[in-house]
Amino acid sequence: MKFRRLIFANLFRKKIRLLLTIGSFAVALFLFSFLAVVRDAFSRGADIASADRLFVINRTSIINPIPLSYRDKMLRIPGVKMVTHDNWFGGVYQDEKNFFPQFVVDPENQRQVFPELIVSDEEWANFLKDRQGAIVGVRTAERFGWKIGDRIPLKATIWGAGNWEFNIDGFYHGKRPQDDETQFWMQWDFFQEHVPDALKGQVGWYIVRVDSPDDAVRVAKNIDAEFANSPFETKTETESAFAASWVKQFGNIRFLILSIGTVVFFTLLLVTGNTMAISVRERTAELAVFKAIGYSDRKVLFFVLAESLAIAIVGGLLGLLLAGLAIPVLANALNGMLPQLVLAPSVFALGFMTALAVGLASGLLPGLGAMRLQIVNALRRI
Amino acid sequence: MVRVDGSGGSNSLIGVRGLDKTYHRGGGEIRVLQGLNLDVDKSDFVAFMGPSGSGKTTLLNLLGGLDVPTRGNITVAGDEITHMSGHKLTEWRARHVGFVFQMYNLIPVLTAFQNVELPLLLTKLSKAQRRNHVETALGVVGLADRMSHYPRQLSGGQEQRVAIARAIVADPTFLLCDEPTGDLDRQSADEIMALIERLVREYGKTVLMVTHDPVVARRAGTTLHLEKGVLVESAEPERVAAGGRHEI
Repeated sequence: MKFRRLIFANLFRKKIRLLLTIGSFAVALFLFSFLAVVRDAFSRGADIASADRLFVINRTSIINPIPLSYRDKMLRIPGVKMVTHDNWFGGVYQDEKNFFPQFVVDPENQRQVFPELIVSDEEWANFLKDRQGAIVGVRTAERFGWKIGDRIPLKATIWGAGNWEFNIDGFYHGKRPQDDETQFWMQWDFFQEHVPDALKGQVGWYIVRVDSPDDAVRVAKNIDAEFANSPFETKTETESAFAASWVKQFGNIRFLILSIGTVVFFTLLLVTGNTMAISVRERTAELAVFKAIGYSDRKVLFFVLAESLAIAIVGGLLGLLLAGLAIPVLANALNGMLPQLVLAPSVFALGFMTALAVGLASGLLPGLGAMRLQIVNALRRI
Repeated sequence: MVRVDGSGGSNSLIGVRGLDKTYHRGGGEIRVLQGLNLDVDKSDFVAFMGPSGSGKTTLLNLLGGLDVPTRGNITVAGDEITHMSGHKLTEWRARHVGFVFQMYNLIPVLTAFQNVELPLLLTKLSKAQRRNHVETALGVVGLADRMSHYPRQLSGGQEQRVAIARAIVADPTFLLCDEPTGDLDRQSADEIMALIERLVREYGKTVLMVTHDPVVARRAGTTLHLEKGVLVESAEPERVAAGGRHEI
């Protein structure tokens, strides 16, 4: 492109201003990417939810239990292929800040209902044989440096008092990068032996796999109808709806992030727009000369837009690169307090498109001004 | 041959007929040019003189297609430019006009070579052809050894030479020079005028120049004086300059 040299020469005219503008872009894009990653982390449950899984909770609240006896009744409903159940354990490992999710699982069906979470057959067999066994997500295992055979004490906070001890029999990992690899699974039977009598035979929620995703809504209705007017009425949702309502408990994360993102976007637009406006105003006479010697209005507009886009691309990529380097570090520092933070290609693409949009918008007004410049008036100002 | 009585035929390179230019300022009208006629042939070297505000630069702007007249028409090499659209006029300027300004107006972030190359970027010439043209133009103005210098590394006279090289590099039909020596010392001014004379004499360029300086005007083949919005041929530039201000 024969105008490349001209565009670059103009870009580097004020090096400090260029660096500061690129810096603003980089910081803004870093913040933008980080917010987008956090939003993604919260909405990921809904995004990666399986279409053929239903979550059945107590209609009153998820903290209210449902009887274990419901499992067989559910299995009799047409369209239900498999049923498993979970309980939230909520124990503390050494210190409360070492949070990770702990679930009491039904070993019989866990792997069939969640096929995307992989455990080797050998490790699973060891788990089944060990009533105090535990399977741990690889991220949590890495975080605490656990290995197979380690004995892990968890202080009970919901189900009585004292430490419960578990043997690590294996690890699971997700098939997809977004899968949650932080969970800690323990055996239902072991759990049943230790909970107070009043709480025995009660599960936190059921996870139902249906024969066909097309039947999910019908099956959900039938499950709730089956238990209507019982002491433990149910509320059945698809996994994605369940994940979305779970995120809502944290407040309107999406709105919060969107608000901050919008402020970042407009601040960046004003900063860059101001820079471009100053840059164009300083070059009024030069632009008039360009037009006098035969450069069309469109070419002048193109030069201004090319400069603002170049700043946007360099600053944007720098910000995204920073985000790519910093997000794993931040994720580790957060110690699992947030869902896994991943700079997905979609976030990268969104950030890059945002940078381009800001670059284009910030160059447009000064560019149009340059385009409309009257040569005679501009030359008279010299 | 230069004529100001409208008697020139269709063979003139530049033909101006009944040119009026009126500005509207503060609710009033300022009529700068009034029914001006002018015919300029190829390879003519014309100097326009007149007091400040007499409309010299306005005339130059109209001839260069930078401004539009209130009335009248301008024909250059058979093209009637007064009714051209903005886009057509831009293309026409690129093809037919070379501008030399008083303040040189070089792009400070580009080297002499890159400044001279600017008009050629609008053509379909290859990189090698462009280089050849730029080197030739810089050679003509005597700056072949300053190609990679930036404007800040050149003297005023050298900057104006680069500006002249930029004006001639695309081989335009005519050159418009607005006070080309106005910002230079006498010696540099003489050198620039010698260069412009050489462009007319050796390369057959047509040059229309505005100047306040009678010494400079004397170098032109014809000197025209703008008086009350019309052009008057003057044999003695010194007398015109010394004659004081002519209000329009």
